[in-house]
Amino acid sequence: MIPSPVHLDAATAAPLHPVARQALLAALDDGWADPDRLYASARRARQLLDAARGAAAETLGVRPDELSFTASGTTAAHSAVLGGLAGRRRAGAVLVHSAIEHSAVLHATQRHVSGGGAASEVPVDRLGRLDLDAWSRAVTEPGVALAALIAASHEVGTVQPVEAAAAACAAVGVPLYVDAAQVVARTPVPAGWSVLSASARKWGGPPGVGLLVVRKGTRWESPWPADEHESGRAPGTVNLPAVVAAAASLRAAAADAAAEATRLAPLVDRIRARVAAEVPDVEVVGDPERRLPHLVTFSCLYVDGEALLHALDRRGFAVSSGSSCTSSTLRPSHVLEAMGVLSHGNVRVSLHRDTTEADVERFLAELPGIVADLRAQAGVVGL
Amino acid sequence: MTAPESPAGGEPDEIIDCLGQRCPLPVIALARRLPELPVGAVLRVLADDPAAAVDIPAWCRMRAQEFLGTNGPAHDIRRTQ
Repeated sequence: MIPSPVHLDAATAAPLHPVARQALLAALDDGWADPDRLYASARRARQLLDAARGAAAETLGVRPDELSFTASGTTAAHSAVLGGLAGRRRAGAVLVHSAIEHSAVLHATQRHVSGGGAASEVPVDRLGRLDLDAWSRAVTEPGVALAALIAASHEVGTVQPVEAAAAACAAVGVPLYVDAAQVVARTPVPAGWSVLSASARKWGGPPGVGLLVVRKGTRWESPWPADEHESGRAPGTVNLPAVVAAAASLRAAAADAAAEATRLAPLVDRIRARVAAEVPDVEVVGDPERRLPHLVTFSCLYVDGEALLHALDRRGFAVSSGSSCTSSTLRPSHVLEAMGVLSHGNVRVSLHRDTTEADVERFLAELPGIVADLRAQAGVVGL
Repeated sequence: MTAPESPAGGEPDEIIDCLGQRCPLPVIALARRLPELPVGAVLRVLADDPAAAVDIPAWCRMRAQEFLGTNGPAHDIRRTQ
C-alpha cells in the first residue's frame, strides 16, 4: 500500500492556502493587464495591486508605500542586503551579520565582499542563539553600513533576540535588516528593524512572491538597474495574480497565526521529546523554548541524510535536511556548523495549517524503525 | 605529500585514512576504532569531507571523548573512557 503523503516541509513551502487558491483563480481573469497602462483593464489591475499592497501593509503594520512585491523571497533578501549597503556607502562598507543567516543573505554578502566591501560575522551558541555581546561590539566598530539578523532560524527554529540586537544598532545609528521569512504569518514580527523581507510560499501563498519593506527614512538605494516598478525597488512587472493571492493568504494566515501557534507548538514539543526518547543516538537541536512554533530539527548519528530523506519519502513523509549529502555543494549546513552540532543524518520537520496530530503520530511511529533499518543496513548498530 | 602537522602538538598513536570518504563514514570509522585503543590513546582521523570538521567534534561531545583539534584534514581525538 502506498502511504498517503504527509508534507512536513512548510519551512521551504507550505501547501497553497485555500484563500490563496481562490484569489489566484479570480485574479487570473481580472489581473492580467499591466497596472501602469491607461485603459480600463489596466486600471482594474492597478486597483488589484493597490488593494494587495494595502492588505499586506496593514497585516505587517507598515505603510503601503514602504512595501514592495518582489519576484521571490530570495530576491527580496538580495535587495535588502545590497540596497541597504548601497544606501549607506558613505557611512562605510561593512555588513554585520549573524553566522546563521539564510544562504540568500550570505550570497548577497559574498557579492558585496567580492566587490570590495567587508563583512563581519557574529557567532551563535550551541542552541543557535546570537551572541549579543559580540553583536553589540561588531555594530559599534567604525564603517558599519548595515546589520542583518534572521528573526528566527529557518533551519533549527531558534528565535533571535531581534529587539535587543536592534537596540544595539539604533544606539550607533546602524540600520537593521531582518529576514522575517519564518515568522511572518506565524508569530508577531519583532520591532526595531529598518528593512524586512519575507516569502509568500512560507505562509501558503504561491511561489514567486517576496516582500521587501523599507521603512521611511531608511537610506536604501536600489542595487538593480533603474526601473520604475514598485517605487523603484523591484524591477519588472509584478506577477499580479500571484501577488493578489499572496496578500489575501497573508491576511488569512496572520489572522489564524496565534491559534495555529497554540496548536502546532505542542506538536513540536511532542516531536522533540519522542524523537529524543525513542530514536537512539539522536541530537535534537535548537533552543527548546525560544523557538518557532512549527519547526524542529534533529540529527541521527551514523545515518546518511540523503538515505534518510529517501526512506522517509518512500513512506510518504516530505522533510528537508541540512546534511551535506543533500546539498548541491556537498557542504554541511552553515547553520549546523556554526552551532557545532552533528550535521549528518539531519532532518528538519516543519508543520503547517494542514498538519494534523495524526500526521505527527504516524511520523513518530515510523521514524524509529526507519532509522534502525538504515543503521542495520550500514552495519553501525551498537557503535 | 608531507604528513599534516599534529593538531594536538604531538604524534598520534594511530592514524586512520578516511580521505575521499563522505560523512558519516569518517565518523563511523572513528566510532569503530577508538574503543579498541587504550584509554588515553590519541587517534588521528584523516578526513577531507567538510562535514567531518563539524561531525567529529560533535561525536566526541556526544560520546564524552576528548576532541584535541583539527589541522587541515587531520582531526585528533583522545580516548578518555
